[in-house]
Amino acid sequence: MTFGLDGLRTRPAQTWGSIRLVPLVRDEPVPGLRLHRVAYDEPISVVDVGDGSSYTSYIPHAFVATWRDGDELPAASYGARLLERDTAPAPERMPIRTTKRMARKAGKDRLRFLPLHLAVEGYLALHFGGPTIAWEEWSRKAVAQGLSPRAEAAYLGRQVRGLEDALRIFEIHPGQCGVLVYVADALASAFVVPHPDDYRALHATLVEDMYGELIYIHGLLGARTGDVSAGIDDSRIGSLADLRAAAVRGRAEWAVFHDEVMARRLFDEKGTHRHVQRLRDFHLTRFLPSFELKRENHIGEAIVDGDARVAYLKTFRLSDGQIRRGHLLTWLAKHRWRLRDAAAAMRVTEANLALRLERSGFGYLLRQDVLDHYRAQAARGETFRPPDPPSGGPAVT
Amino acid sequence: MTETFADLIACEDALMFVNAAITSTGQREFHHEEGEQRLSLGFLHEYVLENYRDLYAASLALNVNDHNAVLIVRNLLLRAGDVDVERRRREGRLIARRLGLLPPQRVYRLFRDLRRRGVNNRRTRAIMREWMAGRPDPAFDAVKYRDAVKGAMRHAHVRPGAAADGELGPFLFAPRTVKRFATPIFETWRRAHYEREALYELPYTVAEGFAAKHKVPRAVFAERIESKMTRLERLRLQESTGAAADLGAMPLTRLATYALSLSLDDRARRRAELTEALRTSARRIAGAARGSWGRVAAVLDDSHSTSGSGRKRRRPLAVALAASYLLEALAKEYTPLWTSGRTDELLLYPFGPTPLGERIIDALETGPERLIIVSDGWDNAPPGLAADVLRIWRSRLDPGHRYGGAQRVQITHLNPVYDADDFDVRRLAPTVPTAGIRDAEDLPTLVELARFAEGRVGLPALQAHLDERTARFLEHS
Repeated sequence: MTFGLDGLRTRPAQTWGSIRLVPLVRDEPVPGLRLHRVAYDEPISVVDVGDGSSYTSYIPHAFVATWRDGDELPAASYGARLLERDTAPAPERMPIRTTKRMARKAGKDRLRFLPLHLAVEGYLALHFGGPTIAWEEWSRKAVAQGLSPRAEAAYLGRQVRGLEDALRIFEIHPGQCGVLVYVADALASAFVVPHPDDYRALHATLVEDMYGELIYIHGLLGARTGDVSAGIDDSRIGSLADLRAAAVRGRAEWAVFHDEVMARRLFDEKGTHRHVQRLRDFHLTRFLPSFELKRENHIGEAIVDGDARVAYLKTFRLSDGQIRRGHLLTWLAKHRWRLRDAAAAMRVTEANLALRLERSGFGYLLRQDVLDHYRAQAARGETFRPPDPPSGGPAVT
Repeated sequence: MTETFADLIACEDALMFVNAAITSTGQREFHHEEGEQRLSLGFLHEYVLENYRDLYAASLALNVNDHNAVLIVRNLLLRAGDVDVERRRREGRLIARRLGLLPPQRVYRLFRDLRRRGVNNRRTRAIMREWMAGRPDPAFDAVKYRDAVKGAMRHAHVRPGAAADGELGPFLFAPRTVKRFATPIFETWRRAHYEREALYELPYTVAEGFAAKHKVPRAVFAERIESKMTRLERLRLQESTGAAADLGAMPLTRLATYALSLSLDDRARRRAELTEALRTSARRIAGAARGSWGRVAAVLDDSHSTSGSGRKRRRPLAVALAASYLLEALAKEYTPLWTSGRTDELLLYPFGPTPLGERIIDALETGPERLIIVSDGWDNAPPGLAADVLRIWRSRLDPGHRYGGAQRVQITHLNPVYDADDFDVRRLAPTVPTAGIRDAEDLPTLVELARFAEGRVGLPALQAHLDERTARFLEHS
């Protein structure tokens, strides 16, 4: 399944310092789905992983998606009374709450999930199970416990310099249902909701979202956004009507330029999708990119309706290190965690691959003696030579 | 007559300063924080004082706001020694005239500041003495601004003299030695120390202190003190308690601010009353110029950024709304175009982006003689379109551009917000004159002043204009 930003129209960008915000506008809201913001009383949450250990996280806010048969109520989505049960303060003697899963049913027709947590979790859990066949290179821990413990660094939006000011100053368009955030013209995140009222209520939550290392660094550098407006060519203007036509054309050209150039790598056609949950016509989906090196890679989550319209979207741009890790895991998984095959397919020696794994922070997955062996091999400076046909014989090292 | 490059720069600097002095109050704005504003404004004052002292003094005659007027007076007195006697005398007259127009609390605060900085030259003392001698009711001042009056008298070596039957001196400097004052207000003040009833005879701010001392309930106090409040104090109290305000007495911009502070339901309910008050006030300001501006189109900003800041809530929108009513009175035919496309002026609230470019095209299509744009200059939907439209209009489409600059459409951009980064109000296009605006009441004079920003009228003309304004300003003293 693929989806894009169909049904959403791009409006002129607004810039502040190094931040560029590109508004997305819908003609009419997606019917039947609303998002609400739930402000938790205690921000610490514990996820029960299931094997006795638990995963603790800080949750600044969560969204609740609601499904309804008829038209949505005109009331603002912030702080609706329906949610009382979820927001009621926990008894004082239990300061932390145990959450079973990140995406959880909050009622018969509601699903609660934590923005981006799902996506990041999805990325981490890509090969959560680890090797499925106990090849001799892998440590016992890797076979028994998979890639756990999982840890990825992300920055709070507040720490991205200028973002908070930019969001405060940003002028929301009528009918606006989404925004694309650029920092120094690098696409940081896309955010889409089903209804303009939802957007107005949730606009400010963008500073509480997670952003990758790349975006944080770009914010620190504080490079100003470039001027990408083309301006009007006066030689072809002879009347006010011409001027108006040129303005309309300029607006359309910007939208096309933005969608086809600036936001082109948001959706990766070679990436993978995974349905997390389904309610009525809506699917909650996580998507992962192809982890191709040296290009943009976005992970994210989306709620898509029966007509493949995006009702909800939130993406997270991976940093280079994260892309490298994802890339390695993808190759390993493709070759069923067989180091020899993966290395051959990547056209590197097994030792190279093993050391790359170690450098990427996966060293604990390999058995210590195997790793030492590869280290010695690498020290001898052996390089990759293609295996002799027919393949399948002992790998040349 | 040839113009030097230095003249051009001087002209630009002068207007930049005037724009800043009209719009900036060193308070927080939508885009910039308070600290930035103060730094930026402080630098500008230093720069202009150092390089164009004449102009710096002359700007007291322009509609600069009170905050900047006080800063200018202070800086001139602080650096009095830098200029010769002749110029000092001229500055002195300007200062005296301006102090007469300022609210007394601001002047007393200025005196306190001068004292703190140790400014005590002969001229400063003379100015202080003269101003205090000119106060209509010294006894009232002595009660209301007791500490400030005391400080100022000590600093400027003013003798209390025969004011208030010679009781001013004892009242200020040794009140405990007096058993009974003959001046009624002094006597009330003395009694208010131990008698609860007496405090309702005192000015509001003074009574407030005594009320706290006697533990008078707030509601009782507010009700009984009302007759002793100044107009503004009453207005503030009415606004905070939701009581109906006296619309007839309010100036235009304040009236617009008041209307916008009401809820949409209230505005709809009181539509006739509010519209009438705004129209009457606008007509009063337009005066003889009523209907003399011909066909006027206005592009007015009601985007999200006109919500201003916590310090100046909805100020830019209020200025635009007031300007719209004033323009309606000045024009023979008037077309207002709000950026959001809304047409019901009374039900405006700040919302949405600022598509200035498209609105300017709409406005030009009505074929106006004058086009007034009231906006903070953050054109963002799409950015830069307004500049493009104005440039192309000027260079290719304006019917007047062929006849050697005798432009038929006079375009002026008025900006209610000071931009701390540029030391000026934000401009839309280099070819369109921009002036800062604080109160819509100043609109006619500002449109006149904005001609200079265009660069077509040079420094001599600006100098002449300033001289004329200065002369007119001093004439009334």
